[in-house]
Amino acid sequence: MKVLVAIKRVVDPNVNVVVKPDGTGIDLTNTKMAVNPFCGIGIEEAVRLREAGTAEEVIAVTVGGAKCPETLRVCLAQGADRAVHIEAEDDVEPLAIAKLIKAVYEREEPKIVMFGKQSIDGDNGQTGQMFAQLTGLPQATFASELTVDGDTATVTREVDGGLQTIKTSIPMVLTTDLRLNEPRYASLPNIMQARKKPIETISPAELGVDIQRHTEILDVSPPPGRAAGIKVESVDELVDKLKNEAKVIT
Amino acid sequence: MSVLVVADHDNESLKPVTLVSLAAAAEIGGDVDVLVAGHACEVVANEAAQIGGVNKVLLADSEAYAHALPENVAPLVIRLSVNYSHLLTAHTTTGKNFMPRVAAALDVQMISDIMGVDSEDTFKRLIYAGNAIATVKTSDEKKVLTVRGTGFDGVASGGGSATVEAIEGAAADGSSEFVADELAKSERPELTAAGVVISGGRGMQNGENFSLLEGIADKLGAAIGASRAAVDAGFVPNDMQVGQTGKIVAPELYIAVGISGAIQHLAGMKDSKVIVAINKDPDAPIFQVADYGLVADLFDAIPEFESALG
Repeated sequence: MKVLVAIKRVVDPNVNVVVKPDGTGIDLTNTKMAVNPFCGIGIEEAVRLREAGTAEEVIAVTVGGAKCPETLRVCLAQGADRAVHIEAEDDVEPLAIAKLIKAVYEREEPKIVMFGKQSIDGDNGQTGQMFAQLTGLPQATFASELTVDGDTATVTREVDGGLQTIKTSIPMVLTTDLRLNEPRYASLPNIMQARKKPIETISPAELGVDIQRHTEILDVSPPPGRAAGIKVESVDELVDKLKNEAKVIT
Repeated sequence: MSVLVVADHDNESLKPVTLVSLAAAAEIGGDVDVLVAGHACEVVANEAAQIGGVNKVLLADSEAYAHALPENVAPLVIRLSVNYSHLLTAHTTTGKNFMPRVAAALDVQMISDIMGVDSEDTFKRLIYAGNAIATVKTSDEKKVLTVRGTGFDGVASGGGSATVEAIEGAAADGSSEFVADELAKSERPELTAAGVVISGGRGMQNGENFSLLEGIADKLGAAIGASRAAVDAGFVPNDMQVGQTGKIVAPELYIAVGISGAIQHLAGMKDSKVIVAINKDPDAPIFQVADYGLVADLFDAIPEFESALG
């Protein structure tokens, strides 16, 4: 079976982002970019399914601008077999992304479609679930463990109160959480080999999907700062301040 | 305008975040109905009916809704959506699970995790792990929203007397089934509802050392949390994670122990009323948001702190 993994090119998680002074967005000029960490976990999980003999092929797909192939190469070096780049602007909305991935799903007919649980730029956490609705597939979100057995997937999910285990039929949609796995680093030979793996470029128009925005960002501003308080010299002083100044403990 | 708030609950009682979703609904304006979808959950519907400002409570009681499987809950909300201009629920793992399905079915671009209502079509939300606040205006006729648990002050749980109307449920979709819950059992309050939270970071060095925080937690009635670094390092489970990709908390007192203060952690706790940081690195960014900072080795400071609490 095929596994399709949707990935997103985002700002590197270790970079401190800066809001543009004119309030139009985040300044990404010359900023280091990376695979969204949750999407990287998706690639790793799919590659492990192939290594275990459960999957035959891992396909990475992304939606975004002209530099996305760089990011797809990272996924190919991590072990994906080939990639699809749906070339569009960098700020396509989750609903439109879900529609685009659906078009690729219908063409490729994978049995499992993986998404990160959220991207660390938009923080929407919608695309996987929207895709599941549009395709009519069952979903297992925030996955920390996946077992595939024939036509059934058993998934442990990270929920607010702890863990929940569900079973779904296959084909199914999975969104990854932090503890599903620890993605490997690509080795040099794998990076070299990845250069030869195919990346197909396709447009939203070719897939027959309208990606017109539904929302408009009116303003982006830094969050209100929180003034630093004081440094206390000792635990006794800390407890005294909490009791008598902040009055938060008795 | 007419607003439907989908209640977050466990079939026994309402989660306090439902009161926060109702506060967001009140800011939007218009009639506010509450949907309680669950199994054997009439008690929850009655609780919702007591909340001031609620027009009507819709109770959909079916085995299919017992575990809030999104394949079952989403079709119900989609069916009810014809009567409403706004659909809201809490940005919890339950809300995040079904609400995007509702939005996709209605061809609506959902707006997640709102922390402010500017008007009936314009909302504020955090992006980039809390590094920026975006003001987003939607052109969709119907608005589908999830509400950040610390974004609004919850409405009062009493003062109302809405009617409860039982509505038709539906059979389970069948493509997905619940197997088991393994919920963290703790005598301590839930992280998102606790008045005091004490969290450990990478500085704790390992999972066993988190037990050092328990004595203080016991004395202060606190919940215990962790930074993503501590979860990544495998010290503690992910359900303890405070941060933009974990839980968002805003207690009266937040005590950060051995946490450097990465922006994604700060996004999850900086609405706390009083923040205490204990860290041996005087330059740790956590001190920039802390009301009271103590530069000390946590392995000395924590036992001392515990005994100072008497």
